[in-house]
Amino acid sequence: MDAGNKHLLSGDEAIALAAWHAGVALGAGYPGTPSTEILESFSALGGRAQWSPNEKVALEVAIGAAFGGARAMATMKHVGLNVASDPLFTAAYTGVAGALVIVSADDPGMHSSQNEQDNRRYAVAAGVPMLEPSDSQEAYDFLLAAIEISERWKIPVLLRATTRVCHSYTVVTPRSGRDVPPAANFVRDVKGRVMVPGYARPAHRRLRQKLGEISAWNEDCALNRVVPGGKALGIITSGISFMHAREAAPEASVLKLGFTHPLPMRKIAAFVKSVERCVVIEEGDPYLAEAIRAAGIPVEAKPEMYRFGELDVARVRRILAGETSPEAAPPPGKPPQLCEGCSYRVVFDSLRRLKCIVAGDIGCYTLGSLQPFEAMDSCVCMGASLGVGLGLRHVLPAEQARRVVSVIGDSTFVHSGISGLVEMAYNPPPTGHVVIILDNGTTAMTGHQEHPGTGRNLQHEPTRKLVLEDMARSCGIRRVQVVEPRAGSDAFERALVEALASGELAVLIARRPCILIAKELKEYEQREQRCQCQEKGEPCAATL
Amino acid sequence: MNNAANARKKGSLAPPPCNIVVAGLGGQGVLTATDIIADVALRAGYDVKKSEIKGMSQRGGSVACDVRFGAEILSPMVPAGEADFLLALEAAQLDTNRHLLRPGGVTIEPSAVDAARLAQKKMLNVALLGVLSARLPMAEDAWLESVRAAFDPKYFDANRQAFLLGRAGNEKNAP
Repeated sequence: MDAGNKHLLSGDEAIALAAWHAGVALGAGYPGTPSTEILESFSALGGRAQWSPNEKVALEVAIGAAFGGARAMATMKHVGLNVASDPLFTAAYTGVAGALVIVSADDPGMHSSQNEQDNRRYAVAAGVPMLEPSDSQEAYDFLLAAIEISERWKIPVLLRATTRVCHSYTVVTPRSGRDVPPAANFVRDVKGRVMVPGYARPAHRRLRQKLGEISAWNEDCALNRVVPGGKALGIITSGISFMHAREAAPEASVLKLGFTHPLPMRKIAAFVKSVERCVVIEEGDPYLAEAIRAAGIPVEAKPEMYRFGELDVARVRRILAGETSPEAAPPPGKPPQLCEGCSYRVVFDSLRRLKCIVAGDIGCYTLGSLQPFEAMDSCVCMGASLGVGLGLRHVLPAEQARRVVSVIGDSTFVHSGISGLVEMAYNPPPTGHVVIILDNGTTAMTGHQEHPGTGRNLQHEPTRKLVLEDMARSCGIRRVQVVEPRAGSDAFERALVEALASGELAVLIARRPCILIAKELKEYEQREQRCQCQEKGEPCAATL
Repeated sequence: MNNAANARKKGSLAPPPCNIVVAGLGGQGVLTATDIIADVALRAGYDVKKSEIKGMSQRGGSVACDVRFGAEILSPMVPAGEADFLLALEAAQLDTNRHLLRPGGVTIEPSAVDAARLAQKKMLNVALLGVLSARLPMAEDAWLESVRAAFDPKYFDANRQAFLLGRAGNEKNAP
């Protein structure tokens, strides 16, 4: 959608466009709402984008590219940064040769997430600069700024967006043309990149020195700006909250912070002095309010009840009025459910009928916890079904332990279930264990992205396929069975009953493609066939 | 802004800023409907913002999507009690979202068009956009251009028919 040079873009699309214009050489990530469209859009523009098995690997790949002097980007949802936090903290020490931007898409209000953690805390904990856009234009501008900051100080930069930035469409006027970034080139820097204690100690000091310089620079940075207004009320805000606050209090003076770590405390202090009352309006944790108060600057923080959920114009009005009475809950909508005809329905019917204790995982199939199945007893994080199921098996009395099953999807299994399978073979519970891998051949919940188990890459082109049953066997699981769950067939249930009764370690792969992508799968398969025929130089039935 | 200025002069159509909520169930075309509204408003020269929550949008659950256009739009979300229009692709979604409507706001529901006259059932979203369009300042041609751009061209004739069915049936209802 566009009119002249004005484009109506989602925040995700704007980030992708900026990455393309900045000459980002590689974007890596793992799908997760609301971040998924960034890499898909970047790829559609012509950028080199890839899904990695999980966010940790994605960030490591991006770090490598940035060590090589390239501009690199890693994208993920907020909980993905938990997985990638290990490389993040030490990449802050090593710094980079090129540029490295980590995009964290947070989900306040948990539209499609298991928690509403506020990843601004990661910028402080790891010691990396952080930018927070409030609309698509800023998502575009701030990605470009993040690249500049990263290159200038040789430091990873966190671009922290939220659902209403990522998935809102607002007008973007991009600049013209693409950068020609410096060519990738390896320059040896053992003391800078090898984080053994002797090199890491000075690296930590270098990081803190960089942050000190960046903090001073941020005092005059154009990414933080004052929207002038009356003196009676001042608002300090960042991200999407800025938009709500401007609408809720058009008469207020606003200090709009775009560069939120390290904070420009002198600028903040001057703003607070210029107004009679100063309120911090922020979604999620009171990150800004706590930091500003800790610096000895008196500001009002929101009441605790507004830590929960998203902000909107009405809630900002309430915060400004000091209103803490209970808020009316909106009428409940119709909850989502497993699609009619979804093969997972067969699996959850059996799990319920057999009264299994189900350690669940993250994906479409988490809907198996809702009516009419109510056949899931836990869901913690990606891959947790394996470990949680094993822990239950270890401690429960035998008659309960024998009913414990771990249920995990194909993409989630590749993301972080494999280590759990290794654990299962290494520390087997006395009653054995049963893992069901629900394999619908796609990352369905986030919008049908590929993963290593599909044998296709982000662009849906053929690549080496990770065969789940081979993986399970090579982890040391002897009882591995592939079953097609079909309505009206008891094949799956029979296999499950046998596996449970065996007392062995068992992996049941319930394999049937997601019904929502039947058409696409046919196209991809034809494309693969064409490729194979071309390789062999044979005429191809798929092209006839 | 010519369209908007003309509309205000005539005084017959809802003047911007305009807040629209489109509600339905996953798979009904809520997101596409709001894409079309946003596109036609952008090309008419307005500032436009659209906010969607699509994590569960293909799983049959409630989906609501906000579009706002006018001279300058701030929050991308329509504040509760400030929607000018609530367009529901499924009747039950009216009650779920009615609190978003301003006093005197307009609801557009599936019964506003004769579903039997649609080439395909799933073109209800386009037909209801036709109903909505009769109350907004953008010209018919501009709407049809955005409808054309939103779908595979081979469906344009049928979509055009659906759009005009909704628009023609409701022009007389314009405020």
